[in-house]
Order: sequence, then structure tokens, then C-alpha cells
Amino acid sequence: MRFYAICVYLFLYIPIGVIALFSFNAGRHASQLQGLSTKWYGKALSNPFVMDALETSMIVAFCSALLASVFGTMAAVALQGIRGPVRVAFDMLIYVAVMIPGIVIGIATLIGLVTVFDQLNPVIAAIWPVGFNPPKLRMGIGSLIAAHTMFLMALVAIIVRARLAGMDRALTEASSDLYATPLGTFWQVTLPMIFPAILAGFLLSFTFSFDDFIIAFFVAGSETTLPIYVFSSIRRGVTPEINAIGTMVMGVSLILLISAQLLLKRERRKSR
Amino acid sequence: MLIIPLTVVFIFSFGERAPSGGVVLALTVEQYVNLPARWAAFKNTMTLAPIGTLSALFIAYPLAYFLAVKSHPRWKTILLVLVIVPFWTSILIRSYAWIFLLGGRGIPALLEWVGIEGLRLINTPFAVLVGIIYGYLPLMVFPIFVSLDKLDKRLLEASSDLGAKPWKTFLQVTLPLSIPGIATGCMLVFILLMGEYLIPALLGGGKVFFVGNALVDLFLQSRNWAYGSAVAVTLVVVMLVIVTIYMRLISRLGARREDVSIM
Repeated sequence: MRFYAICVYLFLYIPIGVIALFSFNAGRHASQLQGLSTKWYGKALSNPFVMDALETSMIVAFCSALLASVFGTMAAVALQGIRGPVRVAFDMLIYVAVMIPGIVIGIATLIGLVTVFDQLNPVIAAIWPVGFNPPKLRMGIGSLIAAHTMFLMALVAIIVRARLAGMDRALTEASSDLYATPLGTFWQVTLPMIFPAILAGFLLSFTFSFDDFIIAFFVAGSETTLPIYVFSSIRRGVTPEINAIGTMVMGVSLILLISAQLLLKRERRKSR
Repeated sequence: MLIIPLTVVFIFSFGERAPSGGVVLALTVEQYVNLPARWAAFKNTMTLAPIGTLSALFIAYPLAYFLAVKSHPRWKTILLVLVIVPFWTSILIRSYAWIFLLGGRGIPALLEWVGIEGLRLINTPFAVLVGIIYGYLPLMVFPIFVSLDKLDKRLLEASSDLGAKPWKTFLQVTLPLSIPGIATGCMLVFILLMGEYLIPALLGGGKVFFVGNALVDLFLQSRNWAYGSAVAVTLVVVMLVIVTIYMRLISRLGARREDVSIM
């Protein structure tokens, strides 16, 4: 039994370890280890395409995680006040949004946004002053952020709701008995209590958005995020540079994930 | 926000392809009549998704059992986190690792060294299957672990006190009580596999392709949105039908179990 478990752990971690090991390869060939060096990290970090893709990914991940945290929290708090069938329906929707395969979300957002843009673009062109070039709405960073926000909102809402459900109702009741306005209660009582959950939701959303390939593939238009860059270079062949990028991406996601876990754990211990 | 785009996809699926690559709205079933042209994609998905789900289940169950029942309480959480962590990191890079391992100079080179030659692993259904198991194993372990961890250990003791052999205790007590976890895990993995794109794209090398790959091709490369929408709608419908039948079966299984326990 124990032997079996060790085998499964090896199965889970050997591939990751191999990638990390070969990223320090000094040789030019991806699959022959010829001494250790960090030169491929330097190469990756000085490649303008990589840096461009990284910048796009960071902007998208930060904006969509921020928006998802705000809207997800709002949804969770609003749902707290609602009872009955409306709430059941919203609960269902939130879970469905998390469970739908990414590819369907990607296609749906692509088609939805393109349809909206096709309707709006002539209108904008018509009202734009004559002589200037009217702006054209199209797929890009904006649509990426929109798609990721929509999908991550549900994730934040689930995390924050779990925290809200564990909160003592007496606290908010006491606050309103002491004549705090509902908004005051939210700012001074509810928000500080759910803040760790929101932060954890933010970190998880950031990692998700940063690692996402399939949704971005559909809605990124001409923009390139880091996963899209990695995907297209893998198709051209395996290089030590990709190993270095992969190791860095894994490292960053691991750090963010562990922080999110620690936040949620500490909070759970506090509420006991 | 999620429903509107899905409705548009549904409407598009009855349209026709516009010369410029868009969609002309119409009411025709032409796109659905053409579906058999992508039969191979559906066939691959419908064989490899269930096989992948079952293989993941068989590998995950003993591990979940070990974690929940046999492991030391102090190590339990850490060991569980170690299983989950890979799942939260980029599936793209984890699949890439297997290109590396299964490719010419990885495992085949090792096998050649022991004397097995000319074995081709990458770009085969086997490679896709390995990628699937690797990618979704954590998602399968977690729900099974939760259901086994909740299980009252006194039931196991009672069973062995009453003279049941270990394997009989397992078959008659542990396994039935962990069915909810198995059901959740299988459903999660199966649903995600139906829409999988990356693993077949990277490890199948264009030879083993899923419906997801057909969708990317239709929407992004050949820009035949009407046909693509029809394929997408069919995928979602097939998925919903299978999940509904599956839920029925599981709840019936659960109901029968309750009858037994009342007796």
C-alpha cells in the first residue's frame, strides 16, 4: 500500500522534476544533459517575445483577478440576503459556471463578443465626428479580461460564501442594533472578516488567469499571452528555453497557491 | 452573462456559413446533417474520455484509500496537498513534460537500452491516455478521499470483529460507502475530458483528436462558425444526456443501498 502510494507520487512529480532539471541544462539540445547552467533563464528573460507575452499575461491576470474579486464578493454578499428559489437558481448558476469546460466558455465568449462588436462598431462609426478615424472594437486584452472575469467571479463567490456562511450572524445584528447603516456594517464588520477569503480568491484567480490557455486561445485575438506563446513554441519543437519558462511559471503559481492555502487555513483556525 | 452567448451558439448552429466567414442566420439543419464528417472526433472523445475516467479511478482509489484510512494523521494533510498541488499548476506545462518524457529520447530511449526497440509512444492514443490520467488524477483522488475520510472507522472495526475478512469488509462496507466520492470524481473528470483540447493537441500530434480539437479548427482556423456551433451544441447535448443518465443511475444505486441499511 505504501509502496503503491510512493509510486503514484513519483508519477505525479517526476515529469515536473525532469522539466526543472533540464531547464538548467548547459547544452544546446533539449534532451541531453550536459552540465548545469542558468543560461536558458537569461535567454528566456531577454527574449522580447517572451517578455511581451509575460506583460500581457500579467496585465490580464491582475485586472481579471481584481475585477473578479470585487464582483464575486458583491455577488456572495448579495446572495446572503436572498432566500428562496432565486437563491437556488443563482447557486446553481455559480456551480455550473465553474463546471463548464473552458472550451465552451471560450467559444461562447468569442461568439457573444463578436456579435456585440459587430452591432456596436457601425453605431460608433456613425456617431464619431467626421474626419477622425473611428475606434474599432475587437478582440484583445479587453475581451480577455472580460472572459476571465466572468469565469473567475464564480470561483471568488464560492470561496467568499463559504466564509460568510461560517460567520456569526450576531455580529452584523449587533452592529445594526448599534445604529450602524447597512453600508457601515459592511465596511466595518463584514469586510474585515471576509477579507482573507477575498485575498485568497484573488490569488487563486490570478493563478487561474495566468495559467489559462484554452479561453485565451479563443478570445485573445492578435494578443499573445504566455501560455499561448509556450503552446506555439512547443509545436515548433522542444527547447531548453521552454523548460526554463515552464519552470518559472510553475514556481510562481506554486508560491501564489501556497499563500492562498495558508490564508484560508489560518482563517479557518481563527474561526474555531 | 453566460446564458446569452450560449444561446447565440445555439442560434448560430441553425445558420449557414457566410462567404466572408461569418454566419448568415437561417433555419436549416444542414449543419447537423453534416455532423458525420467529424465522426472521428466524436468517436475518439467517446472512447478515450470513459477509458481515461476509469483508468484515473483505478489509480486514484487505492491512493485515496491509503491517504484516508492507512496514513498517519500527522502526514495526512501534507500528503493530500502534495496530490492536489500539481492540479492547480499549468496543465499546458504538465502535458509538455510528457512530450519530453514520451518523445524519442525519453522513455523510448530507455527502453531501447534494455532491448525493446522501435517503440513509438508519442502521438498515439496511449500518450493521450497517459496525459489524461496525469492531468486529472488529483481531481479524482480528492472527492474519493473526502468520502473515505468521513467514513466512521468504527464500522470497519465492527465488521472485522464480526469475523469478516479484510477484503470482505472492503467490498461490503468501505466500497459502498465511498460511492458518492467515486461518483463525484468520475463526473468531474468525465465532463472536463469531453471538452479537452490541450492534451490531444500536444500528445496526440494531430492523429488522436477530440471534439475540442475539431472546435478549435472550425472556429479559429477554417472559421466555419455555423458548423462549429452545431458541433458545440451536439457536444453539450451529449454531455448533458450522459450526465443525466449517470445521475439517475447513481441515485438509484444510493436508494437501493438505503433500503438495505433499513432492513
